[in-house]
Amino acid sequence: MIRIEHINKKFKRLVALNDISAELRKGQVISLIGPNGSGKTTLIKSILGMVKPDKGKIYFNEELINGDPSYRSLIGYMPQIGRYPDNMRVGQLFSMLKNIRNVPAAKLDEELIEKFRLEEIFNKPMRTLSGGTRQKVSAALAFLFDPDVLILDEPTAGLDPLSSELLKEKILKEKSKNKLILITSHILSDLDELTTHIMYLQEGKLEFFKEIEQLREETGELKLGKAIARIMKGEKFNNEWIDKMFVPKDSFGEIKGENKVY
Amino acid sequence: MLRLLFILPTIVLSTVVSARTIVVGKDQPVTSIRKAIELAGNNDTIVVKPGMYKEGNLVINRTIVLLGENFPVIDGEKKYEIFTISGSGITIKGFQIQNSGQSALNDYASIKVIDSKNIVIENNRVINSYFGIHFSNSSFITIKNNTITGMPTTEQNTGNGIHLWKCNNALIDNNRATGHRDGIYFEFVTESTIQHNRSEKNIRYGLHFMFSNNDRYLKNTFSDNGAGVAVMYSHNVKMEGNRFEKNWGPSSYGILLKDIRDSHIQNNTFFKNSVGIHMEGSSRIDASKNMFKENGWAIKVQASCDDNNFYQNNFFGNTFDIATNGTMVLNKFYNNYWDKYEGYDRNKDGVGDVPYHPVSMYSMIVEQNPNALILLRSFIVSLFDKAEKAIPSLTPENLTDDKPMIKPNKL
Amino acid sequence: MLKLSKYVLYDIVRSKVILAYTAFLFIVSFSLFNMEDHSSKAILSLLNIILIVVPLISMIFTTIHYYNSYEFIELMLSQPMSRRKILLSEYGGIALSLVSSFIIGVGIPVLLFSPDSVGFSLLFTGISLTLVFTSLAFLTSVKSRDKARGIGFALLLWFYFALIYDGLILMVLFTFSEYPLEKATLVLSALNPIDLGRISIMLKMDVSALMGYTGALYKDFFGSASGMLFTMGIMFFWIVAPLWWALRVFKQKDL
Repeated sequence: MIRIEHINKKFKRLVALNDISAELRKGQVISLIGPNGSGKTTLIKSILGMVKPDKGKIYFNEELINGDPSYRSLIGYMPQIGRYPDNMRVGQLFSMLKNIRNVPAAKLDEELIEKFRLEEIFNKPMRTLSGGTRQKVSAALAFLFDPDVLILDEPTAGLDPLSSELLKEKILKEKSKNKLILITSHILSDLDELTTHIMYLQEGKLEFFKEIEQLREETGELKLGKAIARIMKGEKFNNEWIDKMFVPKDSFGEIKGENKVY
Repeated sequence: MLRLLFILPTIVLSTVVSARTIVVGKDQPVTSIRKAIELAGNNDTIVVKPGMYKEGNLVINRTIVLLGENFPVIDGEKKYEIFTISGSGITIKGFQIQNSGQSALNDYASIKVIDSKNIVIENNRVINSYFGIHFSNSSFITIKNNTITGMPTTEQNTGNGIHLWKCNNALIDNNRATGHRDGIYFEFVTESTIQHNRSEKNIRYGLHFMFSNNDRYLKNTFSDNGAGVAVMYSHNVKMEGNRFEKNWGPSSYGILLKDIRDSHIQNNTFFKNSVGIHMEGSSRIDASKNMFKENGWAIKVQASCDDNNFYQNNFFGNTFDIATNGTMVLNKFYNNYWDKYEGYDRNKDGVGDVPYHPVSMYSMIVEQNPNALILLRSFIVSLFDKAEKAIPSLTPENLTDDKPMIKPNKL
Repeated sequence: MLKLSKYVLYDIVRSKVILAYTAFLFIVSFSLFNMEDHSSKAILSLLNIILIVVPLISMIFTTIHYYNSYEFIELMLSQPMSRRKILLSEYGGIALSLVSSFIIGVGIPVLLFSPDSVGFSLLFTGISLTLVFTSLAFLTSVKSRDKARGIGFALLLWFYFALIYDGLILMVLFTFSEYPLEKATLVLSALNPIDLGRISIMLKMDVSALMGYTGALYKDFFGSASGMLFTMGIMFFWIVAPLWWALRVFKQKDL
């Protein structure tokens, strides 16, 4: 579905992406993980055409991404921080995007709008919304057009546990429709049950891109986090980050301890 | 001749002894003006009935009163000078005189008067002539209530409306001159008065006034003339109560004063002229109680002027109040009202407590480099002027009105 | 494209800034016309506002709006929309709202009090300058990622066109004062949209006679049909060129 060939990207001196190649297929739910500044968002943005790689090519359905924006009608994107025109009302935002995409009502997927009860706040201007509510809006927008590919940047950050659960259910449901789902996250435990593949980036390099089953086999762990930790231990990665990453959290997603290994 | 003998007794009876009246008209014994002039003796009166008279050049050199009834038309057919007068006590009144010949060589006029005395030209309509009324070397002249209308093409092929050369004791009263080269032209004319006239839409000057001393011009209106009014090389001129307006163009003036001495400019109104008063080489002029409104420059004083006083004038809405190319310390400004004055009056005596600098920095810049006018009304110019007001450096330091009025002077 | 512009426009119109701007223009124009006994005098005061305030507000407003809608632009980029469309829609929305503000704020009073050729050329200049400076603001915003730098650069550019450029003209005039410079100044000042606007209004007013020979030259040139086309052409260039450049940068830009 998406093929990435040797892409490189530098921001001034910083190497954001270093010769990354990968083939993302239908039905995969890929967890894109890595420390801050490892290039996760840059990679996503390259796929979305927001960042132009210095070198390399990205193909979407065997077609080179090169200026023509039409392929994006098959992608639903949920940004890390969703900010919208301040004075626009929530309802208008939805109607605007529907208007722009011009998709018949029958093909719309409004499940999340209902589940998050966004209709109740359709009259509120965007600027009055809290961060969490904005995330809900962003999520609902990403799923709205029933796209073949979903790209979710830190989807559960800032969501309350209930909404977080609703979103996960929704992702699972979409997974069953044989879609390609790409999720970046710092918090692995959240995504355990969803993920089929792990893509691990560090300092712009793709360290590995493996099926979760394979990881489990290789490490003998059932839990995703532990599986990765195992892999890491054998290698020279930034172990400190990994330790932090697998610190147990409470249901609100906040880190409790500091150095305790899960 | 026989017919004339019949009517003669009646004419003699109806007039004073030795003064006859000859009536000219289609149905009259005398049908041509030329004939009547031939017949008339000194102190006779010729009355011309309405009609069209095309009689070429008419020469008068006896003391005759020529009266038109209901404006008989005398047409020069664009070939002839119409009246050529030389004598004394001659009056021409009530005619429409039109289409004089055009000749730059001979200065053809509708009425030309040479070497004469006691001439009255009154209540005529002079239309489409080369020169309208042309006097030279004459004295005790009255030109009154005439309307002189030209059809101007260029400066070269039209003469002046009322033209006086080397005359004295003239009264030019309540005439209208329009469409000529100069509306009223004075050269070497002394002891004369120009009053209540309107001179407008002339190609060059509304009033062109040179080498003419001890004259007055009062309550005239000069408007829409190509170059306004020029008063040059004269002294003892009284200019009072006139309106100079809409003399608007790249080289147009309300008044251009050049080499004028000992004169008065009072109670005049300067409205919408490119330059209200342009002054060069002039001294001892009193300009007071004038109104300067919406002119480009109210007053331009060249460095060659000295000992002039400007007081009790009102300045409203002029782009530049005063401009000069020198320091102008020899001229005085006081008790004027300037609408741009931003001072205060703490002792409430009606006089501002801080001096007003009527020369803006931009006007100095423009004086040095006229091309800078391209920046007129730009932000940088207003900034310059504001800065200069706060810290004067370029503008002449001593050119101030130390007693600017808080309220406009009563004129 | 129009769809998106509509939403941008809607967003702007609902913000209080644009309403304040409209009200400011309206109150100033209205009171100028009521205070001055001659409408030509009011027009002259309005001229300063149009030449200075309108470009400044257009630039600052556009820059701030651009940076504030950065995430919105991101959102649009994740949609099947080309960058060209997105930027032009933003431009369309902002330009339309600023122009409407101007037309309501200045246009209505001018049409009420001075509906003559001077008034119309005043409106033409105001509208053109709004579009030009919106365009320039897009260029500066697109070029710098940082909001503070973007605003700083926009202010600098405004300062240049409103003030420094004329200072340079003055310098040229004095440096080469021995040479006949009428035509050179004509060309020089026509290249700055603010100067061009100022001159085209002034030529409609009778103050132009003050400009002497240069003024006559200008009047001959700008008064003619080809001169009017020239004015429009230069204004059009100043609207299109920065926008085109901004578009080029925007297309290559990482967001």
